[in-house]
Amino acid sequence: MLELKAVHKYFGGLHAVNEVSFKVETGAIKAVIGPNGAGKTTIFNLIAGVLEPSSGSIAFKGLETKGAKPHRIASLGMSRTFQNIKLFHGMSALENVMLGRHIRSRAGFLAGMFNLPHTWKEEKSIRDKSMELLELLEIERYADVEATSLAFGQQRAVEMARALATEPDLLLLDEPAAGLNIYETAEVGRLIGRIRDMGITVLLVEHDMSLVMDISDEIVVLSFGEKIAEDKPEAIQRNPEVIRIYLGEDEEAAA
Amino acid sequence: MDFSLFLQYLFAGITYGIIYAIVAIGFNIIYNTTGIINFAQGEFLMLGGMISISLLHFMPLPLAIALAVLITMVVGAFIEIIFIRWIESPSVLRMIIITIGISIIIREVALHIWGESVRALPYFIGTAVTSVSILGINISPQVLIVIGVCSIMVVFLNFFFKFTSLGREMRACSANRRAATLCGINVKNMVTFSFMLSAGIGALAGAVMSPITYSQYDNGTGLAIKGFTVAILGGLGNSLAAVAAGLILGIIEAFSISFLPLAFQDAVAIAILLIILFIRPHGLFGSSAAASLKEF
Amino acid sequence: MHFLKRYLPIAGLLVIVIGVQLLASATDTAYYLTQLTMAAYYSLLIIGLCVLMGYTGQISLGHAGFFAIGGYLSASLTTYDFSAHSNTAILQFMDKAGMLMQRQSLYGEALLNVHPWPACIIAIAVAVIIAFVLGIPVLKLRGHYLAMATLGFGIIIYRIGLAAEFFGEADGISEVPPFNLLPGLSVNGDFAARVQNYYIAWGLLLFGLALLLNLIHSRVGRALRSIHGSEAAAEAIGVNTARFKLYTFVISAAFAAVAGSFLTHYNGGIGPSEASVMKSVRYVAIVAVGGMANLWGALLMGIVLNFMSLRGMFGTYDDAVFGVILILIMLFAPQGILSVKIKHFFATKKESPELGTID
Repeated sequence: MLELKAVHKYFGGLHAVNEVSFKVETGAIKAVIGPNGAGKTTIFNLIAGVLEPSSGSIAFKGLETKGAKPHRIASLGMSRTFQNIKLFHGMSALENVMLGRHIRSRAGFLAGMFNLPHTWKEEKSIRDKSMELLELLEIERYADVEATSLAFGQQRAVEMARALATEPDLLLLDEPAAGLNIYETAEVGRLIGRIRDMGITVLLVEHDMSLVMDISDEIVVLSFGEKIAEDKPEAIQRNPEVIRIYLGEDEEAAA
Repeated sequence: MDFSLFLQYLFAGITYGIIYAIVAIGFNIIYNTTGIINFAQGEFLMLGGMISISLLHFMPLPLAIALAVLITMVVGAFIEIIFIRWIESPSVLRMIIITIGISIIIREVALHIWGESVRALPYFIGTAVTSVSILGINISPQVLIVIGVCSIMVVFLNFFFKFTSLGREMRACSANRRAATLCGINVKNMVTFSFMLSAGIGALAGAVMSPITYSQYDNGTGLAIKGFTVAILGGLGNSLAAVAAGLILGIIEAFSISFLPLAFQDAVAIAILLIILFIRPHGLFGSSAAASLKEF
Repeated sequence: MHFLKRYLPIAGLLVIVIGVQLLASATDTAYYLTQLTMAAYYSLLIIGLCVLMGYTGQISLGHAGFFAIGGYLSASLTTYDFSAHSNTAILQFMDKAGMLMQRQSLYGEALLNVHPWPACIIAIAVAVIIAFVLGIPVLKLRGHYLAMATLGFGIIIYRIGLAAEFFGEADGISEVPPFNLLPGLSVNGDFAARVQNYYIAWGLLLFGLALLLNLIHSRVGRALRSIHGSEAAAEAIGVNTARFKLYTFVISAAFAAVAGSFLTHYNGGIGPSEASVMKSVRYVAIVAVGGMANLWGALLMGIVLNFMSLRGMFGTYDDAVFGVILILIMLFAPQGILSVKIKHFFATKKESPELGTID
């Protein structure tokens, strides 16, 4: 589904990503972890097309994505959530999710301006599908509320619904549990499981170790831009290198 | 073209070029301290000229100019305090529109004070026909005064920012506001001072160029646009590059008369502006990496 | 049902428009209709600009340039005597296609001009093409750079109008012939045709308004609002932000050009001041006052402020007024005056009452 080969990224003199390679198999749930500053979000941005790799290759569904703009990559079947939630302000929760249907719909400028009949059915289908997703995430009662005025956990849910609305093959989740309490985090874990059952491959960046160890099939560990390890959760927990770079973190995190 | 014509154009280019550079430096000073582009920059030059002309009725020339510069600096401070200072986290769009509005108001006020008439300060040395001979051509001493005064300003500014504590404090503000505040620098006052400084150098330039270019209530806009072009051409925020860029634009503009109808001369600057914005927005001497980190 | 919700206000506005006309004719104050007609044309530009600025967040300080392209091309093509060139291939072709017309100048000379219809279409097409070509590099810019680039564009158009003989130089172009839209329906400045022209202008404006309202409520409109909300997220969700910004820019330019073309025929002429920076600033001020993303607000302000300006209510302070308005709005009400009131009127969105509950 996704393959990174020898990816490097330089920001001026800063070598943010150093020779990182890994694969994400179709249908898997893979996590990228590492201390702050390890380059996790940079990797995400590289995969999503926001940044271009300085060298190396990134292939999504077998297609090289270097230089492609984010919306192109999105239309190929990848969608993402953001670390600091990027909901569209001035729009309701439902409208935010409806935007997720953008690549699955067609009505253009002229059709829009003249309100051509063939767009009515499409609009209805967009609206219905979006409501379905809100229901899936159990936030349908907030459909008409201004999205950015919702509580944090609910905003996360809206962003998730929006990402799912694109019917992605690969979903990138950037710290989905950040700022959530234990119960909400467990919810997220269950949700990710359900997403996998829908046939969607998941790649997530996360700091919450309990979530990561619980749901991931495989884990990639980064530190200072380099890949330190890539293995199943149990093996990662026992990996001395990994333990070393997390030394100084509290026990709960390293467990 | 023969050598003397070439030299005429060259001097004209250098004269206007260095004026544009002063406008650009004015932009840069404010931009560096606040991140704002002050669209009203050109009005400072206009005010320098017009106020000097009015004061000339009451006092000798040097005093008139000095007072005009002072008054314009007060206007600059006034603008900052009234319009800029208290806006919290302004968006770029908002600031652009505000400074445009300020420039319009200043222009309209000038219109109502001085009318539409074109005026000029008298030549500082001699009259309009006095000339000195340089390299075989005749140049008005005023041209040399403009070049001289502006060059001195550039050197002074350079010295000021590098070696005086006030100048260093202003540079600190532009580099990192938070850190500057933590070091005990009063950022708010630095901002006001940057406006005053930009206003001051603009006014002085406006006064010395008045005999050659004349002053009118609306000659600020054109200067602002050309000054902005120069600032961008050199790389926004880089004042030394602004001087080079100013000379480049001035000279190109001067020589353009030889192949373009006069009416289009102003369009040359704009064409260059558009070209640079499209091809290399960080300017000839700027780096794209640094530019992409700046917030516009 | 949202059909009704969307078009009802337009129908309501139509009723008001008709009412005003009847009132004016009845009370013998029909001269107001003239300024209302002109205000309507300017407002056509305004609503197009509103969508550009409010929904995609792109500032254009050169929109008067597009207005001028529309107006100047309509004017020059319909008044310039092409007789001297009547043997060229282009003119032969146009003649065969019925695009040319013979007229008589004031002095009785025979003129060969382009017919207003093809002239108008050419004018709009040129504006659209220029907007396209300009938009591609310009819309990549941000903030100050974008503002300056559009400002520069406007000034270039102004300079061309001022310098080119074809465009009448400083005097502009006058004696622009009436624009016969259909048999019996003509855009011109005759007093007798005042009422007719009032309805033509307002009809055009209401039509344009309907188009834009449709756009805003469509899939594209949602995408535009998302670009304004968060360009990064919009890109990530698959919105081709560059293309959408470009198309919106082009549409707003087209609206401006149509307004320019029609108003020129109505006024019988056009001058370089229509392309001036002050005009562009004025349009931005009006959109800002009305509320950047508020089409109705922009329309209202467009009519009111233009009407007042045209009636000379601002006197010699005309430009200054708009400058002051601009500053005041930006300082105190950056979302526009009406955004505050309308929120209370049409509040359908409620604030979420709870905070982070567990499910």
